[in-house]
Amino acid sequence: MTTSTSLGYLIALPLAGSIILLLAGRKADKWGHLLATALSASSFGLGLYQLSQMLRLEPEERAFTQKLFSWISVGTFNVDAGLLLDQLSICFVLLITGVGTLIHIYSISYMSHDRDRRRFFAYLNLFIAAMLLLVLGDSYLNLYVGWEGVGLASYLLIGFWNQKPAYATASKKAFVMNRIGDMGLSFAIMIAFATLGTVTFAGVKEASESASTATLTGIGIMLLIAAAGKSAQFPLQAWLGDAMAGPTPVSALIHAATMVTAGVYLITRSNFIFDAAPTAQLLVVIVGAVTLIFGALIGTAKDDIKKALAASTMSQIGYMTLAAGLGPAGYAIAIMHLLTHGFFKAGMFLGAGSVMHGMKDQVNMRRYGALGKFMPITFVTFGLGYLAIIGVPPFAGFYSKDLIIETAFNAGGVKGILLGSMTLFGAILTAFYMTRVMVLTFTSPERWEEDQHPHESPILMWLPMVVLAIGSVTTGYLFTRGDALVHWLEPVFGEHGEHTELLPHKVVSALAITAVIIGASIALVKYQFSEVDAEAPNKVSILTRLARKDLLQDSFNESVFMRPGQVLTRWLVKGDDNVVDGTVRLVGRTALGAGAELRRTQTGFARSYSALILIGALVLIAGIWVITQ
Amino acid sequence: MNPYNYLYLAALLFTIGAVGVVVRRNAIVVFMCIELMLNAANLTLVTFSRINGTLDGQVVAFFTMVVAACEVVVGLAIIVTIYRSRRSASVDDASLLKR
Repeated sequence: MTTSTSLGYLIALPLAGSIILLLAGRKADKWGHLLATALSASSFGLGLYQLSQMLRLEPEERAFTQKLFSWISVGTFNVDAGLLLDQLSICFVLLITGVGTLIHIYSISYMSHDRDRRRFFAYLNLFIAAMLLLVLGDSYLNLYVGWEGVGLASYLLIGFWNQKPAYATASKKAFVMNRIGDMGLSFAIMIAFATLGTVTFAGVKEASESASTATLTGIGIMLLIAAAGKSAQFPLQAWLGDAMAGPTPVSALIHAATMVTAGVYLITRSNFIFDAAPTAQLLVVIVGAVTLIFGALIGTAKDDIKKALAASTMSQIGYMTLAAGLGPAGYAIAIMHLLTHGFFKAGMFLGAGSVMHGMKDQVNMRRYGALGKFMPITFVTFGLGYLAIIGVPPFAGFYSKDLIIETAFNAGGVKGILLGSMTLFGAILTAFYMTRVMVLTFTSPERWEEDQHPHESPILMWLPMVVLAIGSVTTGYLFTRGDALVHWLEPVFGEHGEHTELLPHKVVSALAITAVIIGASIALVKYQFSEVDAEAPNKVSILTRLARKDLLQDSFNESVFMRPGQVLTRWLVKGDDNVVDGTVRLVGRTALGAGAELRRTQTGFARSYSALILIGALVLIAGIWVITQ
Repeated sequence: MNPYNYLYLAALLFTIGAVGVVVRRNAIVVFMCIELMLNAANLTLVTFSRINGTLDGQVVAFFTMVVAACEVVVGLAIIVTIYRSRRSASVDDASLLKR
């Protein structure tokens, strides 16, 4: 552990940007986006500097800490606002600020016609700051602040065009569903505080060695709920598809590359808890496996290019969660897939934005086709991302996904075979739906609506796409060369235990590639070599219909949670109206009635008043006389 | 002479005044009855002053006289104004505030 004094600036720079842009108002319209981009880039530069500092030290000393100030101090309970930058956080810091800066650059052009571009950049900077706090916090409580911060930024950005009621509803939906996850995180913190007496990562790690399995399982399950909410994992996945209402750069940054991976970060960061709580760990694997298939199935039927990519994100994060649930062998691989996914999925989302930019905001892929000719750069960069996500060697996704499939097979016993088959099946589906997206958009014949003039996007938009495409090509190789990333993360996750090898590495690779070929061929036959309808056909199998409806996730949530909730609130309102308001009304009515009765004594005749005064005085005197006698 | 007789007289005067206020309609008569009650009170004060051998009661009686004089000025002015506008000095007619 080494103390550092410069970590705070990583967060302070983008935070200052967002505050300045929000407070300066319209005055900052001309230069706001440039300031925001510059601050995000300088944060990235600072991250690179921290990395160079780390590389100079021995692996065990590579964790930097910084105490900002004493936050809560009650009796023996102390929480400092402290930062921790270790081998795990630095990966995230570079991903967030690096991809974040690229997306800032892209947005300058993408949002140039929006009159609220300054506000957009303010929120982007706010997001970067909150996300950095999330990954840099040295305790669960500090993480929680960042966790809520990114939720807020996500809410603001999904609903950025809130003049459309559907978009405003989408942002509310994301916020409310995230709240369920946040509740899980707060419960985890409460349990940790009540039983272990500390909430710092280091403290919980130390205390977890002597804690009971039941406690750790409780914390683990609560953390899993938190991760499921933030990362759109089953059963809290329903918000991600609607979150695509936000501007496309937001989908790329928040709902593909960074924020939605916060759940994976939380699980890998809490590895000591899950290692000691096998039940919670098993649940993590199940959630991951279910989501990876669930998302992929939804992806196969979506015609909206952004929703197809969102379903794909859900599925890929399912892969990461599954890997994170496989214990010490999986943590580093989950992070590897997270990083490669950050590159190729952000790149593809930016590509989708570029396509929409050229097609007058058309998102229906059935109305695309033959765009490769008109948008060569978008086509190539999107294509590289595509090759990476389906796992064609030597692109990035091949390495990371291959390792996940291999680790899943090696989990041992029936569980291993089951998980391995699911990941393989997921790979077939991934190849299918991504090929479908690719073919429908770029290579199949034109099915445009009238008056479309597709064109390549300006340089500020394609430059970030090119950089991300280079990342999607190279990162997989770089991370796996000599197990570089696994060894880099070893001080955080511990030694990678030896596993019984069920299948040798080469066989798994061959299986994975076969899966890709199967999936891609089906999609090619269905969409490239046969006619595609410009309208979605109605005569489709029940499975397609289910997938189009997101496998009934919304209907389920509505019938099980929303409607009973509405009934409950209606009863509560009734109770409020009758009991609480009734009491208040009763008091008022009593006063009113008493007044009406007493008014009758006011006759207006001076003589009757004087008679009353006289009688009153006599009564008073008589009373005094009786008492004194 | 027994000073208590003055007290009896005062009580009698006060009763006459009080009954007059309650039963008479004419504002001038009601007004005179009020004066009667005030003077009954004055007589009581002076009598007690005499019984106790101090001057306090007599001093207060002077105060009462001053207040009664002011009251007569204001009260008669009001009664005259009401009479001019309504052509009646009956207190029962002046019940406008009730409506």
